[in-house]
Amino acid sequence: MTAHAHAHPVKRYRGLMDWLTTVDHKKIGILYLLAGALFFLIGGLEAILIRIQLLKPQLAVVGADTFNELITMHGTTMIFLAAMPMLFAMMNAVIPLQIGARDVAFPFLNALGFWTFFFGGLLLNISWFAGSVPDAGWTSYVPLASPTYNSGHGVDYYVLGLQIAGIGTLLGGINFMATIINMRAPGLSFMRLPMFTWAIFITSALIVFAFPVLTVGLVALMFDRLFQANFFETANGGSTVLWEHVFWVFGHPEVYILILPAFGIISEVVSTFSRKRLFGYSSMVFATILIAFLGFMVWAHHMFTTGLGPVANGLFSIATMLIAIPTGVKIFNWLFTLWGGSIRFTTAALFGIGFIPTFTMGGVTGVMLAVAPADYQYHDTYFVVAHFHYVIVGGLINGIFAGLFYWWPKMFGRTLNETLGKWFFWTFYIGFHMTFFVQHFLGLIGMPRRVWTYLPNQGFDTMNFISTIGAFLMGIGTIMLIVNVIITSFKPKNATNDPWEDGRSLEWTIPSPPPEYNFKQIPLVRGYDAWWKEKMEGHKEMTPSEPVGPIHMPSPSFLPLIMSIGLFIAGFGFMYDKLFVAIGGIAVTLICMLLRSVFDDHGFHISEEEQEKGVHA
Amino acid sequence: MSSHDLNGPLPHEPERATLEGRNKILGFWLFLGAETVLFGTLFSSYLALRHNTGDGPTPNELFQLPTVFLATMILLTSSLMSVFAVQSLHQKKVKPMIGWLLITILLGLGFLGLEIYEFTEYIHEGHQMPTSAFSSSFYTLVGFHGAHVAFGVLWIGLIILQIMKKGLTVVTAPKVYVSAIYWHFIDVVWVFIFTVVYLMGKVG
Amino acid sequence: MKRLLPVLAGMALLLSACGGREDLSTLKPQGPVAQGQFDLMVLSISIMALVVVVVFAICLYVLIKFRRRKGDNSIPKQVEGNHKLEIIWTVVPIVLLLILGVPTIDKVFGNAKDYSHDKDALQVIVTSHQYWWEFEYPEYGITTAQDLIVPTGKKIQFKLASADVKHSFWIPSIGGKIDTNTGVDNKLYLEFPKEGVYRGKCAELCGPSHSLMDFKAKAVDQASFDRWVAAMKDPAVLPEDAAIKEAFESKCLSCHAVGEQNSGAGAPNLTGVGGRETIGGILYNDENSPEENLKQWIENPQDVKPGATMPSAEDLDLSPEELDGIAKYLANYKLDY
Repeated sequence: MTAHAHAHPVKRYRGLMDWLTTVDHKKIGILYLLAGALFFLIGGLEAILIRIQLLKPQLAVVGADTFNELITMHGTTMIFLAAMPMLFAMMNAVIPLQIGARDVAFPFLNALGFWTFFFGGLLLNISWFAGSVPDAGWTSYVPLASPTYNSGHGVDYYVLGLQIAGIGTLLGGINFMATIINMRAPGLSFMRLPMFTWAIFITSALIVFAFPVLTVGLVALMFDRLFQANFFETANGGSTVLWEHVFWVFGHPEVYILILPAFGIISEVVSTFSRKRLFGYSSMVFATILIAFLGFMVWAHHMFTTGLGPVANGLFSIATMLIAIPTGVKIFNWLFTLWGGSIRFTTAALFGIGFIPTFTMGGVTGVMLAVAPADYQYHDTYFVVAHFHYVIVGGLINGIFAGLFYWWPKMFGRTLNETLGKWFFWTFYIGFHMTFFVQHFLGLIGMPRRVWTYLPNQGFDTMNFISTIGAFLMGIGTIMLIVNVIITSFKPKNATNDPWEDGRSLEWTIPSPPPEYNFKQIPLVRGYDAWWKEKMEGHKEMTPSEPVGPIHMPSPSFLPLIMSIGLFIAGFGFMYDKLFVAIGGIAVTLICMLLRSVFDDHGFHISEEEQEKGVHA
Repeated sequence: MSSHDLNGPLPHEPERATLEGRNKILGFWLFLGAETVLFGTLFSSYLALRHNTGDGPTPNELFQLPTVFLATMILLTSSLMSVFAVQSLHQKKVKPMIGWLLITILLGLGFLGLEIYEFTEYIHEGHQMPTSAFSSSFYTLVGFHGAHVAFGVLWIGLIILQIMKKGLTVVTAPKVYVSAIYWHFIDVVWVFIFTVVYLMGKVG
Repeated sequence: MKRLLPVLAGMALLLSACGGREDLSTLKPQGPVAQGQFDLMVLSISIMALVVVVVFAICLYVLIKFRRRKGDNSIPKQVEGNHKLEIIWTVVPIVLLLILGVPTIDKVFGNAKDYSHDKDALQVIVTSHQYWWEFEYPEYGITTAQDLIVPTGKKIQFKLASADVKHSFWIPSIGGKIDTNTGVDNKLYLEFPKEGVYRGKCAELCGPSHSLMDFKAKAVDQASFDRWVAAMKDPAVLPEDAAIKEAFESKCLSCHAVGEQNSGAGAPNLTGVGGRETIGGILYNDENSPEENLKQWIENPQDVKPGATMPSAEDLDLSPEELDGIAKYLANYKLDY
């Protein structure tokens, strides 16, 4: 660290302008959370409409077309626009703090990633107002999604919205990998990383290697739809099965992109609230890596009934079953972290512990689905719907809620109301099992998935009714969460550095919320569970690894926002065949890149006096 | 965060002198990992569809190896030129570095010219995007590569201008270095295109 | 393995008690293919139930035993791990997966057997359309729609493809599904040992009426099947009333076929349609009379199946008399078999 601070005059913004230009990972985390929550509510509303339509046989609350739009948008929104951003919210809020860094490796790209995701999501959802909504399922199988059988602009919104949002995700993946490799505090070796950081590191690697596949798939579909290409036009030599391969080569790792961060969150929460070191840390790390690796070799288990032949089906069956082994290791490691601990039942702990049995149920149905001949019966039925909701809601969403309650004080300086939180947990948890447990049996007795309605006298009526009631309970639970957030935001900001008192990693050594620069002095890490170790040795704070001095910060910038708006405009241009609009939009983005390259960002320094005043985020 | 003094003497390996520089290089390698997957998927799609030529021309009828071979040589040479540019960077010789970079992009432009010529020829021969599954996947794969070359030319051009204005510093050095890695990467991709698309198209 | 058998039997009983219709549920298999798949389901559910029980038991135990008591501020022992335990929960799942994996592979290959060249097997070509099923019997040169008629006691070898978007052919109580792709054929064999009508469904999202793309598989004895084939080959019965005949030929046979008339048409073959289980796959002829169902269907197919490509009576310019006459004629067009 060179001691002389350049006095660069940097314009600093306030209020809304501050949020639009911020490159601070903590604020970007909050932006991700807000946007993710917004899309979560939209996706949830779509889910409620789906369940109302299926309340009884032969209802027509929504039309058949609308229903297909609802299921497509529900799936796409929940996965790409709700779950992933909420994970990115937590990555942003926590990772730099856990590794003792002042920001991510590329703060500017971080902001760019958020805005491209946001405008991609916006583009996708504008389809509701444009009157042609994607309706070929979140998997967008061709030929149903091909120009021949889907001539409106619906699928164009899907293709371009996801393409733009995907850029943001890819940037995020690269950014967090680089951050975790390069920005760790002194002494924080890889095998001392908190489990959440490990999970995010591996998730980021999955993003980097899986998302480009989706990019190519979407490009091919876009070329088919907009420029009469023939990737998937069988009449001209294209192949529809190719789309399935491309989609699932991306799609299966995507599932692990969703669940691995939840594994990380659960590891933190379980360990903190049982006051115990994570059991079998190194096997946890190894299991996570193995799951990620195997995640790339099993995509065709989504295609057992496509007709790939017995050799492929056999191989992918066995490969898929193998994933159960590292996953089992994780489950038992969590259980034995709790074993012998001193478990405190906060809301975060309830979600964290509730995750274990629920996710186990999702996991075992996953192994059942891996049995290819039996999958001939399960495939594309409500059994599959039940399975992936157990994994995604019971696993990932439980994990996100656990993480939100756990890190809320760190993000906002206020602890969420525990009483309301527990009400929320029980309503949501019971509602969840009511909704999805019966769906296993619906599938087994012959109900296909993605059905707009069903005939009476097939034995489907009661279970569908129960399922819908459960969905309402989940909705009521979500309202309780919103009420909780609103009430809490009126409470004083009084969270301490370590509000749960049993914090183990570096984020609990700094104020809640942390100052803009996170760490006044970068800490020196002396072992796994760095903060716990210091506490046990009677220390009140971490040993610093550097003297106090002026802290260099990157400047805020409008460019990420404008670049994303450029892509957003280009999306419309492509869709409605206005090539000049498309070129104009891309030109805006390229000019911003040029500006970014030509005008170096020298950033600014926060002097020691300012640090004393406490510049809060 | 180490903010290196911009006015002091240039350190050894200036591209790695600052944390920002090291981040940039690492991040770029990761980006190239993603690019590898991107091109890998494009190659797979091409391999899956290349025999489905429909009523359109087949690869064997279409491809003129001498032109493509010339293009390959041009691109390989330009990759070598960017190696020389990075060598000059490490020796802190700014003027030769700019010279090598200029030759690099000139060769890149030559490659692009040949490719545009090639594509126009094909279009005249009735090999267009909508012709067949082979043509669609061909244009997408080779076109993506061409777009990468075009972007690289513009980018390296911009870097040359920046070096002329700002000189070689710990801020500009990583840019030169990273653009060189990028240039090698698209060169490697081309070697695969030359083999998988053109040679196999002639033989297979 | 022997000790496992009662567990498996219990699980099988439990599952089939979970219900569903005999002609629809995968839990009440009516043929060897579905039975084999059901056995694998039972095996996997049993193993998985074991895992779930163990996890739940440990989970409950630790939650009760190790909850923090009021005023307890002690620090538990910080355990790094336990190699013995970790080896156990790595090896035990491997063993369980082996038990599951071996029969899986066996069935994967068993179910992939191809009887295309077996003279004793019946060959059926299935073509899926938005939103109906076409069944062609190449050995007999006949084509029917919506009701798949098969003989009991024979292997039925299907060759499947789609005429438009991707669908999936599924008769849950007889055997698992297979997708119908565009441009590539898939193969599947099934067996129907018991006479009866089984419900079939489309399992792949294929458009607005995906949920309504049902069909029926009717298994009859060999003699009855032979009579059906013969009846299908008989010359077409056309309406007796000349005006109705004229309307039927000009407005229906432009797309549909009956008997030898206009065979190879793009819309469902109507030979013997009045004797089928349903009209349009979902209007049951035992709930309403075939005539009423046909009237409802012809009047406006879009009302019954949104997105169906058949034009409404109004679009076809059918007068009420023509509609009534055609419905009546078709309802009485039954095959004797």
